[in-house]
Amino acid sequence: MEWLSYLPALSRGALITAGITLSAIAIGAVAAFAAGIARVEGGRALSLVALCYTELFRGTSLLVQLFWFYYALPLVGISFEPVATGILVLSLHVGAYGSEIVRGALQSVSVQQHEAARALNFGRAQTLIHITLPQALVEMMPAFGNLAIETLKLSSLVSLISIADLTFRAQSIRNLTLDSAGVYSLTLVGYFAMSLVLMLIMRLIERWVRRGAAFPRAAHS
Amino acid sequence: MTETSQAPIIEFAGVTKRFGALTVLDDFNFSVARGEKVTLIGPSGSGKSTVLRILMTLEPFQEGRLTLAGMPYHEPNAGGPFKASDSHLRQIRSHVGMVFQSFNLFPHMTVLRNVVEAPLRVLGLPRGEAECRAVDLLAMVGLADKKDHYPAQLSGGQQQRVAIARALAMRPRVLLFDEPTSALDPQLVGEVLSVIRGLASEHDLTMLLVTHEMRFAREVSDRVCFFDKGRICEQGEPERIFSAPEQPRTREFLASVLG
Repeated sequence: MEWLSYLPALSRGALITAGITLSAIAIGAVAAFAAGIARVEGGRALSLVALCYTELFRGTSLLVQLFWFYYALPLVGISFEPVATGILVLSLHVGAYGSEIVRGALQSVSVQQHEAARALNFGRAQTLIHITLPQALVEMMPAFGNLAIETLKLSSLVSLISIADLTFRAQSIRNLTLDSAGVYSLTLVGYFAMSLVLMLIMRLIERWVRRGAAFPRAAHS
Repeated sequence: MTETSQAPIIEFAGVTKRFGALTVLDDFNFSVARGEKVTLIGPSGSGKSTVLRILMTLEPFQEGRLTLAGMPYHEPNAGGPFKASDSHLRQIRSHVGMVFQSFNLFPHMTVLRNVVEAPLRVLGLPRGEAECRAVDLLAMVGLADKKDHYPAQLSGGQQQRVAIARALAMRPRVLLFDEPTSALDPQLVGEVLSVIRGLASEHDLTMLLVTHEMRFAREVSDRVCFFDKGRICEQGEPERIFSAPEQPRTREFLASVLG
């Protein structure tokens, strides 16, 4: 039962992975909503800024982004802790993908809903907050569920900027013991267990957003 | 209000509306007296619904002048000949309500919230007062017992009645009905028409109704306007339009819809 001895170190790594993932999901969601809403509702300048952000972070490799923020940015005098860098870059990366989910869902709200809001004299911000966003949220949830799990898996890349996450710990133990099969099997199980929990959380949020009776047809699909 | 009761509440003067190369309203002149119930009939594409959509500020127009209770739809100094600021349009909208063909209720809100939301957020009424009024309006359309249901749990006729209550909750002076029964199963049309019939007896409410229910139009309206190719081809009291239309186009149309 040699692999039992790996557990304490792997658990500590898993804790870091969970922390980074959850932080990145939370901050990424803020970035996603800000950029997605700016794309749809912002003026020309604001939506252009949001577009640039989205395309820059979607169009480049996460690993290179991490290296750039961790190794290149300090050269001009800006540096953060490794964990802060990891969370920031991962947030911005998944936020860019998330902004497309927000944009798509907002644009899928029918024009009739906008017209009904206008006929009742809702202002633009009121229409967004009370009419379109709550409906769009329902559309976003399945895609956000995917993105949350993707964030967990992408978080393994932060091990390459010296953060002792689950993947980093696994590498270290393997280098020590050369027990690739045991270490990596355990690591896979660890990621899978965390993604199950994440999936469950996202399902609960989705169910809450759907509020049962409001979207009966969508609930069947 | 400075207007006299004789002044029309709605006045289109030479309004032209184009969608690209298509002219939907052509030098359109039309006025409605306060409290008048006017039905717009005519073949599809003749511009009836466009008149309502322009009045609700859902569509801009290209030429002419439109006023509501003396207020022009376009501000002279809003940066362009046919533009108006958001606050100006919101001021106009505060007098107008609309009932849509496809109901357009908010699916994520209960029936009560559908009716309460705009008075609460837009008019800033206290919640207690807004809910009290909403319950009264729902009782008026016969749906007080459905207030905690969601739109998806209601029939089309019930949804349309909620939509009428929702529009009335904003206390509009002008209420527009854009084919309110066209999307309904035949057996549900009656319940919606009877609600509209009830409103027709409200002295102060101005109503514009686009419909294909000719018998109903004849019964509730003060005036019927027959639209053809972006203009009013013939108008008058319903009795006369339906029993003795003068224009050949009106006769043709009525013959085709009345069978």
